[in-house]
Amino acid sequence: MALSKEQIAQRIAKEVKDGYYVNLGIGIPTLVANFVRDDISVEFQSENGILGMGPFPFEGEEDPDLINAGKQTITALPGASFFDSAMSFGMIRGQHVDLTILGAMEVSQNGDIANWKIPGKMVKGMGGAMDLVASAENIIVAMMHTNREGESKLLKECSLPLTGVKCVKKIVTNLAVLEITDGKFHLLERAPGVSVEEIIKATEGDLVVSGVIKEMEF
Amino acid sequence: MIKKTVANVREACEGISDGMTFMLGGFGLCGIPENIISELVRKNIQNVTCISNNAGVDDFGLGLLLKKHQIKKMISSYVGENAEFERQMLSGEMEVELIPQGTLAQRCEAARSGIPAFFTPAGYGTEVAEGKETREFHGKMYVMEKAFEADFSFVKAWKGDEAGNLIFKGTARNFNPAMCGAGKITVAEVEELVPAGELDPNQIHIPGIFIQRIFQGENYEKRIEQLTVRKRN
Repeated sequence: MALSKEQIAQRIAKEVKDGYYVNLGIGIPTLVANFVRDDISVEFQSENGILGMGPFPFEGEEDPDLINAGKQTITALPGASFFDSAMSFGMIRGQHVDLTILGAMEVSQNGDIANWKIPGKMVKGMGGAMDLVASAENIIVAMMHTNREGESKLLKECSLPLTGVKCVKKIVTNLAVLEITDGKFHLLERAPGVSVEEIIKATEGDLVVSGVIKEMEF
Repeated sequence: MIKKTVANVREACEGISDGMTFMLGGFGLCGIPENIISELVRKNIQNVTCISNNAGVDDFGLGLLLKKHQIKKMISSYVGENAEFERQMLSGEMEVELIPQGTLAQRCEAARSGIPAFFTPAGYGTEVAEGKETREFHGKMYVMEKAFEADFSFVKAWKGDEAGNLIFKGTARNFNPAMCGAGKITVAEVEELVPAGELDPNQIHIPGIFIQRIFQGENYEKRIEQLTVRKRN
């Protein structure tokens, strides 16, 4: 069975290590916070200016001056800090944030990512995505392996306008965990019940499969 | 003490005219200069260029200026929440320049700090870098971006004093500090204006040197764009 969005988030949560400062993008990445082990210390950064972001507030305790980058009301945990946008992106470009998790429309086998613009459709803007992908050492992309028409989103070359070049190293899709090295996708793990053949079929870019590919564990 | 207080929003916005470039603080509807935006609408200033991370929603924030067709050009990083914006953009009535969020913040900060241009990795290899100088440092490619030039910076703070010193609250800080001193004239509206000496100098986020005019705003709506809550157990 292909993974649900929650399961993709759950698998990515395993990549979050003790002591990490983590930036979560909108969509599946936001869900990752729900699955991080509670015996490790992690701080979530939201690029509009908070480190130590907590869960949604209790009803009636929402504060219009306390939101995340998705403009949702949030809370601040003990040890949290607020800062301005210039400092926030200083943190990001200066590689002080350990892990960035974001969504993508397309990823290419050399690590290019496209996630902000579909020509001819409404263009909403890149927000902080270009700064994040250009700077982060450690980027995990959360995405569906194929689009609604069943076409691969893991490509030889991206067809959509790029957000960043040669920056993605790890991808978790509804079918597999993959790594990008030497200009190719490498299959690391498969979703429970999903065969290697299915993943090969759903991947347009060059895919290296070596040895036995184990099923993901959560 | 050099006093920066003005009586009200009308006095604070003296000198604004058609065709000017304004910087406006805020992220979504959080930390936007509500009183000043209302004044820009009231004065019906035309053909303005707005540098602001977002463009408000249909009936609030910069959406109010959009509705009256006062904006000639928007420079933003994300403009997704506004149907009228979409219509004016697609029909070509309004020009839109989308730039990376960190680049937007740094172009404000650079303008404030006397840095004419800087190199950032954001947007390298994408359409954002088209026509711009690129350069390699330590094996990585960077794009040259220039400081903004604006006539006015309009910011919103939580507390301020007569000397123009500012303190922000929560994530309402966002783009406001970087815009202070980045325009030729910076106007700050605050929720609470206090006499000099009442704010602890250790707690000041932005010193008054960057502010030319300060006033206490009124009737803050502070709208929430996405109300997300959890239930108590």
